[in-house]
Amino acid sequence: MSAAEELAPGAPLMEVRGLERRFVMGDEEVAVLKGVTFTINVGEYVAIIGPSGSGKSTLMYQIGCLDTPSEGTYHLAGYSVGALDDEELAALRNRFIGFVFQAFNLLPRTTAVDNVALPLRYAGVGIGERRRRARVALDRVGLGHRHDHTPDRLSGGERQRVAIARAIVTNPKLLLCDEPTGNLDQRVGAEIQALFEELNRDLGVTLVIVTHDPSLAKRARRNIKLVDGRVVHDGPALEGF
Amino acid sequence: MFEHVLSALLALNSNKLRAALTMLGVVIGVLAVTLLVGVGDGARKYLDTTLSSLGTNLLNVVPGRTETRGGFGPPPASGIARPLTMDDVRAIERQATLIRGVSPVVTGGGTVRYRTRQRDTMVLGVGPQFSDLRNMHVDLGEFVREEDLQARRRVAILGRRVVRELFGDESALGQPIRIAGGRYRVVGIMEEKGRSLGFDLDDLVFIPATTAMDQFGQTHLSQLLTAARSKDDTASATEEIEEVLARRRNGERVFTIQSQEDLLKTFGALTAAMTMMLLAIASVSLVVGGIGIMNIMLVSVRERTREIGVRRAVGATRGDVLWQFLLEAVVISTIGGAIGLGLGAAIVAVVTKYAPDVPLRLSGWIAAVAFGSSFVVGVISGVVPARRAAALDPVDALRYE
Ligand SMILES: Nc1ncnc2c1ncn2[C@@H]1O[C@H](COP(=O)(O)OP(=O)(O)O)[C@@H](O)[C@H]1O
Ligand SMILES: [Mg+2]
Repeated sequence: MSAAEELAPGAPLMEVRGLERRFVMGDEEVAVLKGVTFTINVGEYVAIIGPSGSGKSTLMYQIGCLDTPSEGTYHLAGYSVGALDDEELAALRNRFIGFVFQAFNLLPRTTAVDNVALPLRYAGVGIGERRRRARVALDRVGLGHRHDHTPDRLSGGERQRVAIARAIVTNPKLLLCDEPTGNLDQRVGAEIQALFEELNRDLGVTLVIVTHDPSLAKRARRNIKLVDGRVVHDGPALEGF
Repeated sequence: MFEHVLSALLALNSNKLRAALTMLGVVIGVLAVTLLVGVGDGARKYLDTTLSSLGTNLLNVVPGRTETRGGFGPPPASGIARPLTMDDVRAIERQATLIRGVSPVVTGGGTVRYRTRQRDTMVLGVGPQFSDLRNMHVDLGEFVREEDLQARRRVAILGRRVVRELFGDESALGQPIRIAGGRYRVVGIMEEKGRSLGFDLDDLVFIPATTAMDQFGQTHLSQLLTAARSKDDTASATEEIEEVLARRRNGERVFTIQSQEDLLKTFGALTAAMTMMLLAIASVSLVVGGIGIMNIMLVSVRERTREIGVRRAVGATRGDVLWQFLLEAVVISTIGGAIGLGLGAAIVAVVTKYAPDVPLRLSGWIAAVAFGSSFVVGVISGVVPARRAAALDPVDALRYE
């Protein structure tokens, strides 16, 4: 995997072409994504919006290389995701993508440092070095004083910061966030959003946020709106979707 | 691999109660293996050392014929048994070349009296070589001598216990005593031998075999004790004695030679069977422990479905997840095994210290088997949960509520 080094700002990072995802439910097949096409370049800040059940999370799993298309193609950093096997997909996720989920998804009874260090373990980094880098990432998200706390001793906003530190600890090209402020109140949600924007601006990481919140979507330079598995809008932020 | 063990340890550390409960079954299983097999093994060792302390490569000739050699006690007499005599002893002495010695044995018993004190005890009529053959030696004075045997002298050698009971602190050597009414003089005192197989080897009186025949009104010997020069000679020595005795009986083999080796083998087979049976019983508890691990691991895989999804999302392959859960099971199981083994060793140490008679021991092979089996139990009980965890689709795992 040498393509990553050539990913200059503005170069295409993700190319989605005619992407379909169908699920077999009993006897019938249900299409959830029905031919999605878009390109996102390195360093962009994109919000994916749309009503509940429109396929946003399904799309996120596709572009996050956790799932492969039923139809169509997806290229991430030059790799044709549909052609990769389990191990290659795992390596691609580890190397290029940081995930942030609505439900934080931290390991319980595990310190913030060890939670953040987790992706580095699968990158083959030794325990000492990955804890050191985890501390740097925690400092970066403003949790310098909470390194050894377990999730049950952190507030919702702090938990999401730990999750963000975990997402950036590998220096990914892409930050994929599925309703990251969904479990947070307005004020904390805004702080988290500000943190994302800061990372996008300072680290140049491509930011793709799935969100319900119009006020957050508005802040993104580009909105992709999904309705019933199809892209109905791809352009500047929409007013009141 | 180190990374997998490390994350297994981290995972266990993050849920100590669950780990401890999971371990419990294996702890008990390994403890059971250690103790039960320890009892069997201890019994075997005990019999081994006890029987060997009686002397080595012993051959015991008794009158009458049995089909099997060895075994326990005197064989059933077959019709017209030609008794064993002193002449048989002399003949063996002269003709047999593969033996260490031979001694007549006349078994009797009676009241031994010194002044006002008395004790009922076993009296053995023997020859001089009995002492070396049976590894029982005098401490003071002399054992039965050849002249005593020939002259049918009324001399007695007392076991320690008999001395204690009859003489207390007085000197026994040279004193007159009565055995079953007959007058004797004490010429020797045996060294302390202790108990063996429940029999008090110090509660004995030895007199010349010829004297014993007179004393107990017997015309023949009870047994004839001899021993092969070496273990390898046992079979040929047996044949040799058989020939000598048969020649004196017109070729009829109306006697039986029991070898100590056969006896040892019989005991050995018995205790080995017992050990195996105990091992089988103990392994049932190990199997139960393994099922416990598998159950809790299966529950754990379900509980940690989200965690599995997260791990996959941040870069874990199916293989990583498989190894993680497999090693968790193995680590739990082997830690449980180590604890069980430690407890077992502690119990063995305590028992050996405070109840040295209990034949319980912990030998290397038991420890190895117990610990090894805890490892195997971990692998076996970890495979199914680990495969289930690895088979999870990452998206399904992340969406799992
Ligand atoms: N594994 C699956 N099997 C069947 N249907 C699914 C599966 N995953 C998602 N869906 C369906 O796809 C639709 C879109 O789901 P999702 O992508 O989660 O929507 P959103 O995130 O926009 O709310 C829903 O109707 C959901 O039930
Ligand atoms: Mg969703």
